[in-house]
Amino acid sequence: MSIFNKRPEDVPPAPRPAAAPPSNPIEAKKEATPLSSTPFKTPEPPDSTRGQASIGKAVKINGQIYSKEDLYVDGDVEGTIELQEHRLTIGPNGKVHSSVKAREVVVLGNISGNVDASDKLEIRKDARLVGDIKTARIIIEDGAYFKGSIDIVKPEPGKSSVSAPPRPQSAPVPAPNAQVAAVAAEVKR
Amino acid sequence: MSPGPAVVAPVSHSPATTLFDREVVTSRPSRGLEQFFTYVRGQVGLSVLDFAGASQENINFITNLGHRLYSEDFVRTLDDVFGGEDPNDQANQGRIDQFLRQTLNFEKDQFDGVLVWDVLQYLTPALLTATLEKLCTIVRPQGYLLAYFHADEKARQVPFYSFRIKDQKNLLINQRGTRTPAQIFNNRSLEKLFQKFESVKFFLTREQLREVIVRR
Repeated sequence: MSIFNKRPEDVPPAPRPAAAPPSNPIEAKKEATPLSSTPFKTPEPPDSTRGQASIGKAVKINGQIYSKEDLYVDGDVEGTIELQEHRLTIGPNGKVHSSVKAREVVVLGNISGNVDASDKLEIRKDARLVGDIKTARIIIEDGAYFKGSIDIVKPEPGKSSVSAPPRPQSAPVPAPNAQVAAVAAEVKR
Repeated sequence: MSPGPAVVAPVSHSPATTLFDREVVTSRPSRGLEQFFTYVRGQVGLSVLDFAGASQENINFITNLGHRLYSEDFVRTLDDVFGGEDPNDQANQGRIDQFLRQTLNFEKDQFDGVLVWDVLQYLTPALLTATLEKLCTIVRPQGYLLAYFHADEKARQVPFYSFRIKDQKNLLINQRGTRTPAQIFNNRSLEKLFQKFESVKFFLTREQLREVIVRR
């Protein structure tokens, strides 16, 4: 069974500090930050990783990933990745051998598989994408490598990305699909 | 009117190609391009294969016409499979099969048009014959190829271009360096080359670049 098929109640709660009361209200606020929204510590985390789940470059995952928040992948993934109304970023060290489905996909690393980006796909310089693309908009930088087909699918009227739910910044309760970040953090330790 | 040469980012080295430190980009009209898109204009949902590799310009132009684009960096795969130093390798049947699997592994009659650009002149006879046979298979009857050939029969090195579509009548040509052609063609040899196709139409341009529209 995929590690991501765990039900929310199976996931151990985010570690809390000792019972001693916080010395000031600012620290108390930090405690309430959900694990999935905590910036994942990588050697040089790009600013864009803040406020999203992250899979570090030392992490390898076989299986299905389903997330209800933005996801940054800098490790190896074999399986499928589905983010629905959120953004998937494949970091420069990321290697994804799977089909990918998200609202927005940004590729700085390597994808071998089909990409379905309902809003936008960006293939950055030095990125490599081999697979068929289905998206509303595509941006490809010089120096990127792409092999496959491109289907531009215009969004249906009234079903644009504007209707996507706002990204949570610092919600007081953990996001329901925080498993990805939780697992990544465990492996990292 | 063509603007003066523009300078863009440096390019990486490929063994088969002598590259400039910087790309030189020029704009030029192309009758062949105009003809090619005249044939496919007015239709939507066609499948077009582009041998130039992925570029924002070509993607935008073709998908804005309502067509599906297939992108293939033909020269890059050519160098990956055969290297650039010994063109005799292009006669190796095993490598030819590998190359065709990597570049033209498509279904019969899948494409309505193929933007071949100038890549065919870098293929030695055995590989060229195999490539054209495969192209003849994957392009549907009445489909079109747009191919370019350098017309200077005495040239040992020819400009190595990447082709980007500016609009229906104009190309942005990036001269990235020079490359040794495996063969140089004249009109007669081009007619013979495409003898399995229904028709061949030539446009000779001022840059000694022969534009060819081939109908399957």
